[in-house]
Amino acid sequence: MSLIEIKNLSKIYESGEERVTALGEVSLNIERGEFISVMGPSGSGKSTLLTILGGLNHPTEGEVVVDEIPIYQLPLEKLADFRREYLGFIFQSFQLIPYLTVIENVMLPLAITERSNREQVNMAVEILEKMGLEGKRKRLPDQLSGGEQERVAIARALVNSPPVLLADEPTGNLDSKTGREIMELFRSLNEEGQSIVMVTHNPESVAFSSRSLHLRDGKVVKGDPRQEREIGSGP
Amino acid sequence: MRLRDISINNLRRRKGKVLFLILGLTIGITTVVALVSITRMMNEDISNKLDEFGANILVIPRSDDFSLSYGGLNIGGVSVDTQTLKDSDIQKIRQIEVRENISTVSPKLIGVVEVEGKKILLTGVLFQEEVRLKKWWKVHGTIPKSRDEILLGNEVAVKLFKSTNDSLTINGKRVRVSGMLEETGSQDDFLIFGDLGFAQEVLKKPGALSLIEVSAFCISCPIEEIVSQISRGLPHAKVTAIKQTLETKMEALGHFKKFSVGLSVIVLLIGGLIVFTNMMASVNERKREIGIFRAIGFRKAHVIKIVFSEAFIVGLIGGVAGYLLGLGVSILLGPVLTGIKGGRIFIDPVLGVGVVLLSVTMGILSSIYPAVHASKMDPTAALRAL
Repeated sequence: MSLIEIKNLSKIYESGEERVTALGEVSLNIERGEFISVMGPSGSGKSTLLTILGGLNHPTEGEVVVDEIPIYQLPLEKLADFRREYLGFIFQSFQLIPYLTVIENVMLPLAITERSNREQVNMAVEILEKMGLEGKRKRLPDQLSGGEQERVAIARALVNSPPVLLADEPTGNLDSKTGREIMELFRSLNEEGQSIVMVTHNPESVAFSSRSLHLRDGKVVKGDPRQEREIGSGP
Repeated sequence: MRLRDISINNLRRRKGKVLFLILGLTIGITTVVALVSITRMMNEDISNKLDEFGANILVIPRSDDFSLSYGGLNIGGVSVDTQTLKDSDIQKIRQIEVRENISTVSPKLIGVVEVEGKKILLTGVLFQEEVRLKKWWKVHGTIPKSRDEILLGNEVAVKLFKSTNDSLTINGKRVRVSGMLEETGSQDDFLIFGDLGFAQEVLKKPGALSLIEVSAFCISCPIEEIVSQISRGLPHAKVTAIKQTLETKMEALGHFKKFSVGLSVIVLLIGGLIVFTNMMASVNERKREIGIFRAIGFRKAHVIKIVFSEAFIVGLIGGVAGYLLGLGVSILLGPVLTGIKGGRIFIDPVLGVGVVLLSVTMGILSSIYPAVHASKMDPTAALRAL
C-alpha cells in the first residue's frame, strides 16, 4: 500500500462565470521514503496539488488517501488533527512567527498537544541540534540568516516526526550555496526514511529528489525527466 | 509552550496597540469605579446628615378622631383620647432591632391653650431632640432651657404682639418668651413650643404624647422595615413613613445613580468597541500567522483560544488598572465634584473583583466575533499569499 494515493484529483476554481481548472484528473501514488519533486511553470497547479495533499484545499473531485485515510472524508477538525500528526509543512519564505524565538517557533506544533513543557523543549532541542541551530534557540527569526531561518522552518516541520514532509519552494529565497546546503539536508533526511514532497522551480533542486513530476495546465505531463516517462495524466 | 504563551508573546510584540486596547478598558472601568465610589460617598453623606432632612417616620395614636392636622397629616387622639401615646413609648422605639439606624426620637404633645384670650396650639417638645430634627429653624433669641420658657412661631408672635423676653400667660401659667422662630412656611409658624413636661402639666395630660417624630435611615434596608419594627413595638400606635422628607434627596441620588449607570454603560460600550476594532484589526493583520497555525494542525478552537487569551490578559490588566485609577479619581475628585467634605472612599474588594470580572467579560465578549472570524479564515487563502 502506497503512503499517499491520489485518485482522479481535480480542482476547479470558479469566479462568476469563469472556471479555471487548476488540476485535472491527476492520479499518482507516492511510496514511503520517496523524495518527490514537483516542477512546472507558474499556474501549472503545483501549489494547488501541495495544498490538496496538505489537507488544506478540498478537491472538486477525486480523493487523497494518506496511510489508508481518505483525508477529505474527515470532518474539518479531524482534518486539522490529521495535518498535525501526519504532515510537516515548509512554506515559501520560511513563514516563521516573528514574535516567537527559534525554539518557540519549533515548539509551535507541540503547543496543542498534551506533551509537557519539558518534553516539548527536549524534542525541539533535539531537532535544532540536528539542524545545527542549538546555539541560536533564544534568537528571534529576524536575527537569523536566510539559511538559518529555512532550517528553523524545517525543524518546525519535523519536530512532530510526521510521516510526510511537504515543502513549497524551500530554496526560493536562498542564494544558490545555501539552497544546495538545504537540499543536502533534505537528501539526508530522505536517506533516514523521511518521505518528502517538494514543489520547486529550481532544476538543481530536482536533482536531489528520487522522482520528479512535471505539471502543465493542471496535468502531470512527465514523471522522471531523466527517463522521459509519462506516469499519469487525465484523458 | 502553551497557547497562552503565543498570546502573551503577541501582546508583547504589539505594545503600542495593546496599550491603547488596555486604555480603552481602563477608562471604562475607571468611570464605573469612580461613579460607584462617589455614589457610595453621597449615600454615606446622606446617612451622616440624616438629621438635616427632618423626621421621616410619624408615630400617632390609633384613633378614629382626625380632628387636628400636623405637617399635612391628621393627628388622632387630640380631642378624644381613645388611645394615647405615653412617655414610655419613646424607650420602646429606641429598643427596636434596627435601633442603630434611628437618629432622633422627638415626642410631642399638642393641645389648645388660651393665651391672652386667644386659643392657640401649644406643642410640648424635648427641645434638645426637636432642634436636632429641625436644623432649618432660625431662632431670634434662644431655645428655651427651662419649663417656664417658650418659643413662639412667627405667626403666633405677630398675632400676640409678643417678642423675645416678653412674658405671657398660658392657661394661667406665666412663662417667658426666650425666642421666636423666623418664618418657616410650615405649621411651626402657628405654634407655641414649650417644654414637654410643661405642656403635659398645662394640658393636664401627664405622661401623654400626641405624636412622636422619628428620624431614621438605613442604607441597606428599606424605611418600611423600620416602620414595621416600630409598629410591632407599639401596637396601640399608627406608624407612618413620611417618605417625602428623605425621598427628595434619595430621588436626587437615584437620578445620579441612573445617570452613573447610563454613563458607565456608554463608556464600557466604547471600551468594548475599542477592543472589538483593535482585535479585528489584529486578526486581519495576522491572517498569515493564522494560516500557518491552521496548516500545522491548529483546530478552530485553538485559534479562538489564542484570541480569547489575549482578550483575557488585556481585560485583566485593564480591570486592575481601572480599579486603582478609579479609586484614585474618587479620592482626588470625589469631594470636589460632590462638595462633600471629609467623605470616605472605601477600598471594597467586592467592587474590585467585580470590575475586574466585568473588564475581562467585556474584553472576551468584544472578542467573540474577531475570534470566530479568525477561526474561520481559510488557511489556503493565507497560504496563497505566502
